[in-house]
Amino acid sequence: MSKQINVALIGNPNTGKTSVFNQLTGLNQKVGNYPGITVEKKEGICKLPRGVKAHIIDLPGTYSLNTTSLDESVAVELLLNKNDKDHPDVAIVISDVENLKRNLLLFTQIKDLKIPTILVINMADRMVRKGITLDIELMEKKLDTKIALVSTRKKTGIERLKELIADYKNLSIAPNVDTTVIAPEYFKSLQETFPNENLHKLWLVITQDVNFMPLEKKLIKDTSSFNTKSKSELKRLQQKETIKRYQFINSILKETYKVDVNAAKGLKATLDKILTHKIFGYLIFFVVLLTIFQAIYDWSSIPMDFIDETFVSASEWVKDSFPPGMLTNLIAEGILSGIGGIVIFIPQIAFLFLFISLLEESGYMSRVVFLMDRVMRPFGLSGKSIVPLISGTACAIPAVMATRTIENWKERLITILVTPFTTCSARLPVYLIIIALVIPEGRFLGLGYQAMTLMLLYLIGFGAAILSAMVLNKVLKIKSRTFFVMEMPNYKLPLIKNVAYTVWEKTKSFVFGAGKIILAISIILWFLGSNGFTEKYENADSIIEHRIQTEGLSVFNQESIANNLEAYKIALNDSIAKKVYTIGPEQVKDSIHRLDKELFEKAKHQEIASFKLENSYIGNMGKAIEPMVRPLGYDWKIGIALITSFAAREVFVSTLATIYSVGSDEEHTIKNRMAAEMNANTNKPLFNLASGISLLLFYAFAMQCMSTLAIVKRETNSWKWPAAQLVFMSLFAYIVALVAYQILK
Amino acid sequence: MSTSIAHLKRGQKGVIREFPDDFLPIKLLELGCLPGNEVELVQVAPFKDPLYINVNGSHIAIRRSMALKIELDLIEDTPDV
Repeated sequence: MSKQINVALIGNPNTGKTSVFNQLTGLNQKVGNYPGITVEKKEGICKLPRGVKAHIIDLPGTYSLNTTSLDESVAVELLLNKNDKDHPDVAIVISDVENLKRNLLLFTQIKDLKIPTILVINMADRMVRKGITLDIELMEKKLDTKIALVSTRKKTGIERLKELIADYKNLSIAPNVDTTVIAPEYFKSLQETFPNENLHKLWLVITQDVNFMPLEKKLIKDTSSFNTKSKSELKRLQQKETIKRYQFINSILKETYKVDVNAAKGLKATLDKILTHKIFGYLIFFVVLLTIFQAIYDWSSIPMDFIDETFVSASEWVKDSFPPGMLTNLIAEGILSGIGGIVIFIPQIAFLFLFISLLEESGYMSRVVFLMDRVMRPFGLSGKSIVPLISGTACAIPAVMATRTIENWKERLITILVTPFTTCSARLPVYLIIIALVIPEGRFLGLGYQAMTLMLLYLIGFGAAILSAMVLNKVLKIKSRTFFVMEMPNYKLPLIKNVAYTVWEKTKSFVFGAGKIILAISIILWFLGSNGFTEKYENADSIIEHRIQTEGLSVFNQESIANNLEAYKIALNDSIAKKVYTIGPEQVKDSIHRLDKELFEKAKHQEIASFKLENSYIGNMGKAIEPMVRPLGYDWKIGIALITSFAAREVFVSTLATIYSVGSDEEHTIKNRMAAEMNANTNKPLFNLASGISLLLFYAFAMQCMSTLAIVKRETNSWKWPAAQLVFMSLFAYIVALVAYQILK
Repeated sequence: MSTSIAHLKRGQKGVIREFPDDFLPIKLLELGCLPGNEVELVQVAPFKDPLYINVNGSHIAIRRSMALKIELDLIEDTPDV
């Protein structure tokens, strides 16, 4: 392998850094995390002229090398640490032609580290419209570097940039600004103490809050021959340094940068007036949220149904075409349904990130934060938290992923932790069936009790999220930026390529990041549900066969078959009377007999399946936890459903269908069967008002979704937070459900 | 006339006064909040917080509590374009 050049892209946020990165690397990029922390690491490979290859790192956006967050300290550490394997041979500072003054501050700081530094002036396509003219040649001379004027939108200047990178050895590494003049004595003594170190680098190590190189910082502090300064003295020097740098930059821009003021005003001011307006601003944001919600709730159901059906038929195909046995079952029921359970989320994730990246790219997201900051602040949430919280009403998984846009770690963590409280669409089937069972159909002031209960559950979910955010805000001791400064970037038309990369990357990271955990748990759940350690499980077929021979089918199944046959007879006689068919009494009898046999076989299979589940590992677990769930008004059958719901909440319904040996998935049948179920402990209907409300509340609060846990693990880069979520939410759900049942019973 | 950023009306401008050295977060200084620079109040969010300002060509939003700290010399009769 030929030697690769290490290249670091660095720049202020909103300068189109990622667009430059995308144009340099194309699809040869990968996104991961820096080891041990949650900061995203983007890297890629770029082919340069003359057969040179460059390894490019897209560093987190930063306004300067004075870091205030973990993201920014990653950038500084890489630039300072020569031993890092990614330490750049050349740094590229990306700047925006409209904010050149501020962008150059960062440039001069990096240049002073004596790293070869190329300046990219991006968004060159906006120059004409904004009345900007540049003297690039003079600027190159003054800044002592090479400049590439780039437009990622028009795809110009990238080739020149590649040339410059390949040619990096010819770049000057002389510093731009002599900052020692702000405190000559101090810097002199510093340099004398550490004669081998770059002065500017020493200065950075001393002044940073984030302790990115503990050894060196300690070393400097402990050296007695050197007089350290107090914190406020250092800060004063930092301010002087900043002013000094701006003086330098202003003197250069005066000669090289001209802007025609009359051309500058316009679109931004007008759009800001509307989009951040007291009334219209909120109205527009509401419409945007509604559209997002519609997309992930409604539009994505079309591809989701298709995925669901595809996997079900694939699973059936496997069962039909391979010899029956453990392996076939593993593939058909364990692996295939596990993969199906991952793929099913892709439409929602893709839709949500399509919208989010459009909002981010266009510059609108900053206006959302501006509008929502005051409202969300008391809860310890960011203005941006509103998007995950609303998306969580469709599904918590894309919502948790969407928190990536929140820069502040504490606000992001709180959002991640509380989002699963919002009522996701997987809770809906559970709510609907239980509400139908236990809430009367009456109306109050024109509103149905059932509808009101459902609405109340949504409100409870949202309320739980907000309240727990408030509590977490008080409880979590995380050092984070205490002040709030946010740039309001220019409005831009989103680049389709950038949007596509985001959607692709998020989907990929879900499938391969969280997917393997989801698959593993699905297989474990499948194994526990379809294996048992007792003889009863092994001999389920013969036991049930014997029971049916001696006692007949279960009462419910007998009745259901009788009803079915009766209906069939009536329909058949009707058809004969209307002369649709012309068949004799023998044939009628024969066909009724055949249906009877068919229904009997089906019922037998259902009873075997029910018996098997009851005696499987999960069945035994359900029975084992019965003492725990009895005070909540549940029996062991609901206990089993609570455990299987862990795969996804809606599994509750299908598990009960299996346990009650109701074959069809038809809601009406399951509902009737559930209504008939008696609680063996109390001899009252199992699903009554008290136990029903208790179940509803349990499902509202409990953390019963392994996919959410998997994605939280991925997003927080640790098992600590998903584990905390699981324990606290489940405990809270248990207590609330317990209290509700004990009061209502 | 002396006032703070929080007291500006929309579209009004002022020049930042000298302030004590370790007064503002370094981040704000780097974004251009330095003595002598011009500030314009662009927009105020509902509940009067945060404030959207243009300082030294940087369009940024800051919270009211911070804006109250930054004193200005008001530029009178700001031309309304």
